[in-house]
Amino acid sequence: MAMEEKKILDLLKERFQNKIKETSSQHGDETLVIDRDSLLEVVTFLRDKPYEYNLLLDLTCVDFLGQDPRFEMVYHLFSLAKNHRLRIKAKLSEKDLSIDSLTSLWNNANWLEREVYDMFGIHFDGHPDLRRIFMYDGFEGYPLRKDYPLRKRQPRIPLRK
Amino acid sequence: MEGNFITTKFNYMLGWARKYSLFHYPYITACCGMEYMSTVCSHFDLDRFGAGWTRFSPRQSDLIFVVGTITQKLAPVLKTVYEQMTEPKWVVAFGACAVSGGIYDNYAVLQGIDSIIPVDIYIPGCPPRPETVLNAFIKLQEKIQNQEQEWRWKKRKY
Repeated sequence: MAMEEKKILDLLKERFQNKIKETSSQHGDETLVIDRDSLLEVVTFLRDKPYEYNLLLDLTCVDFLGQDPRFEMVYHLFSLAKNHRLRIKAKLSEKDLSIDSLTSLWNNANWLEREVYDMFGIHFDGHPDLRRIFMYDGFEGYPLRKDYPLRKRQPRIPLRK
Repeated sequence: MEGNFITTKFNYMLGWARKYSLFHYPYITACCGMEYMSTVCSHFDLDRFGAGWTRFSPRQSDLIFVVGTITQKLAPVLKTVYEQMTEPKWVVAFGACAVSGGIYDNYAVLQGIDSIIPVDIYIPGCPPRPETVLNAFIKLQEKIQNQEQEWRWKKRKY
C-alpha cells in the first residue's frame, strides 16, 4: 500500500509539474499543496479513472491570521476503489478570496462550500447558490475567522438586559 | 361544631391547585433532553408531583422546560413559544446551557434564556441529575404556592 501512495504523489508531480507546490507523506497521510487556479483540473483528474478518488469526504478552510497567504482550503478525497485517502490544500491570499467551486463534480460540495462561505467568507466561483447556511440573515462578519471578536454577539431580537 | 370544614385564603387555595396541576411543555434542543426523559418517565416519575401531562403545544401548557442550548438563531422562536403559552405561566431553565450558555461562550449561543424571557427556576448541571430536576420542581411548587396569584375577576370592583 505504501508503494501505491508514493506512486500517486510522484505521478501527480510528474503530470502537473509546477502546479503542485509541495507534497508530503507521513503515517499514511498523503497531502499535496496545489496552486489555487489548478484545483478543478487536478481534482477532476483524480476523480476519474484510473484513480477514482470519487468521494469528497470533507471540505473546509483554515485561517492562519498574520501569515500571507492567510487562508488555506483543505479538501479530503477518498477512493472507494483503492480504499485510499488524499488531502489537497490550496492557499488563498486575503486580496483575492476566491476559488473554483467543486459543485460541478460533487453535489455535496454545495452545502460544504456554503458553510465555508458562511464561516470564512471565501467565494466559490461557479457555485449555484452561494449564501449563508448556518448563520441567520443580517449576521455580519465571518465568525470562524481568527479576527472575529470573541465576545461579539449579534442577537436577532432585543435582549431584556 | 358539626361536620368538618377548613378555612383558607382564596389566593392560597389557588396556589395549591395550580402547583399540583402543571401541564408542562418540553422545549428540548440538546443532550439535557436525556435527563428530562428519565425524570419524566417511570424511573423518577415527575407524575408523582402532579406534572404527568406533557403537552406538545405551548397553548395548552403553563410550564415550559427549556432544556438545552438556545442559539441566537433560535431565540425568536423560543420567545414566540413563550408568548403563546396561557397565563399563568412559569419557566424552568434546565441545564447549564439554558441557564447561562454553559460551555458555549461564542458567537452562536444565547448567554442564558433569561436574556429573552423571565425565568422562575434555574437548574444547574451539565446535564443535571434527575434528582436535581425533582428538587427544582419542588422548589417551583413552593414558589407557586406562595406567590401572589392572578385570576380573571381579581381586579373587578364589587
